Amino acid sequence: MSKTLFDKVWDSHVVRKIEGGPDVFFIDRHFIHEVTSPVAFLGLKNRGLKVLYPERTFATADHNTPTINQHLPVEDPLSANQLKALEENSKAHGISHWGLGHKKNGIVHVVGPENGITFPGATIVCGDSHTSTHGAFGAIAFGIGTSEVEMVLSTQCIMQPKPKKMRINVNGQLGKGVTPKDVALYIISQLTTSGATGYFVEYAGDVFENMTMEGRMTVCNLSIEMGARGGMIAPDETTFAYLKDKPLSLKGEAWDEAVAYWKTLKTEEGAAFDKEFNFNASDIEPMITYGTNPGMGIGITNNIPDADAVEGGVATYKKSLDYMGYSESDAMIGKKVDYVFLGSCTNGRIEDFRAFASIVKGRKKADHITAWLVPGSHEVEDKIKEEGILDIITEAGFTLRQPGCSACLAMNDDKIPAGKYAVSTSNRNFEGRQGPGSRTMLASPLVAAAAAVTGVVTDPRTLL
Amino acid sequence: MAYDKFNILTSTAVPLPLENVDTDQIIPARFLKATERKGFGDNLFRDWRYNADNSPKESFVLNNPVYGGKILVGGKNFGSGSSREHAAWAVYDYGFRCVVSSFFADIFKNNCLNVGVLPVQVSPEFSEQIFEAIYNDPKAEIEVNLPEQTITILATGAQESFEINSYKKENMLNGFDDIDYLQNMKGEIESFANDLML
Ligand code: SF4
Repeated sequence: MSKTLFDKVWDSHVVRKIEGGPDVFFIDRHFIHEVTSPVAFLGLKNRGLKVLYPERTFATADHNTPTINQHLPVEDPLSANQLKALEENSKAHGISHWGLGHKKNGIVHVVGPENGITFPGATIVCGDSHTSTHGAFGAIAFGIGTSEVEMVLSTQCIMQPKPKKMRINVNGQLGKGVTPKDVALYIISQLTTSGATGYFVEYAGDVFENMTMEGRMTVCNLSIEMGARGGMIAPDETTFAYLKDKPLSLKGEAWDEAVAYWKTLKTEEGAAFDKEFNFNASDIEPMITYGTNPGMGIGITNNIPDADAVEGGVATYKKSLDYMGYSESDAMIGKKVDYVFLGSCTNGRIEDFRAFASIVKGRKKADHITAWLVPGSHEVEDKIKEEGILDIITEAGFTLRQPGCSACLAMNDDKIPAGKYAVSTSNRNFEGRQGPGSRTMLASPLVAAAAAVTGVVTDPRTLL
Repeated sequence: MAYDKFNILTSTAVPLPLENVDTDQIIPARFLKATERKGFGDNLFRDWRYNADNSPKESFVLNNPVYGGKILVGGKNFGSGSSREHAAWAVYDYGFRCVVSSFFADIFKNNCLNVGVLPVQVSPEFSEQIFEAIYNDPKAEIEVNLPEQTITILATGAQESFEINSYKKENMLNGFDDIDYLQNMKGEIESFANDLML
């Protein structure tokens, strides 16, 4: 039977099949961070277990780290405690640890690919749902719970039933100002936040083939927001070029051998998917969300839909609009914005900063806007400086913060105050996600930049 | 982490008929800072349950003394969002042993099964019937029978079967978790790993 890309990678990692149960699934690469790992290590200790393959696990601190004055001790005692636990646990078990202040520190899903830890055909997990990001390289990557973190540490395996398969094809040419983030938000708005639950997605078609690795990461990152376990894109020359010569990538002959294998990682003609969707690139506009889940997104020039035009419960829909302080049929253009957040593992890479800079260049930050520009890693931060982006944004009245998850989940001090509106390039607009009472509009770096200089929701195409 | 065995649970239930209840509502991120698995039940649905000054919000169902029990009945797409197992811990730690919904988000469902909370997926119609039964009589009891894989509204006798794979069922019945299983096949895992390229 013809196999899909997903089948090839999945099937080659099954250690044992359990009748009527899950597969025992081998994990090549495991990322850990300070928030979801301490209890897992505690579990190991209580059971008297060791880490089976410490060289397959990588630790970085990101979720609750501050984004200013990182050289000072972390003030919040609970956060400091988690950071210390990560450091000590890593040390005790021989796991490489890129803690706060380390030159390779950054958001787990940014530093993994950047350093060549991620590779095609790999199985990758982390106690963070946006692990799906790594699927951009043709890996099977997904988020796991803390019990599973403990399983991977102690046995390098988890137990998972094989998900169903979905393919999403987007063909055609994207319009001006339409970015990978818009493609993802568009797909989620069409499928809803539960439309891909139980599935693993393959993205196919020219739009993804023509996309940079950064763009592919943004798309795969958001797979989880439509309920999918993860998403992946077949590896190609773009993938290999990105990974070549990364610090931990294979070298020499081993690299050539690996590339030869990676080239076989494609869905075969005639392979079956449980579900398939087709979209046209030309239907996609710059997107923005108006509600409290990522599926509540529309083209930026559209009006908020009426409750009876959307699927699902009217009460839930109205509660969501109430929370946002919006009404049915409101236009999004011109909506008030207080905060702009550029960053996260969705849009905290160099390309996102280039996009942001392309709009703010020669303009000024709107006076009332508070903008948090947070690179995904020190490497991104360095590039921002090298490429002159720092000069452009500084000139426009912005400052650059230090790497971390920041306002994406607001575990550190970067919290949007209650009632305030933020245009955010991150991935979740749930109630209180960016701080208790905060109101989030998800959008691309271009839309974020347009809001930052005009002070209201603005179509970025008018500024390009 | 070991948990109590699950067999037959007969209990009143708490109704929460909202859709898309996400894990940030179940346990907001700012409460994920513990390095031990303790006290998460206190912060279950924190921002829906308490005002900013920590006084209880009377309108929220967990603060309504009329409703109680070990079963939480949620709306469609329960548990969407982040992979934080803390959400399942909070549900367990608060005292729920079973969550009923017409649709669960994947990771949440998986996490529940790993920590001893039984996720029971029912049809949308049956979910409606449960809500109706509870609203008619908050003392109405629901029986969740894991060996038989059935859920019954005792007052009306309405019953539906639910699915669970036989492996997870065994685990829940015995209070085992996956680590116990994996530990017993280490040799097999190691020889598998030796054959890998990377
Ligand atoms: S940036 Fe946000 S989504 Fe990404 S790893 Fe950090 S908290 Fe998770």
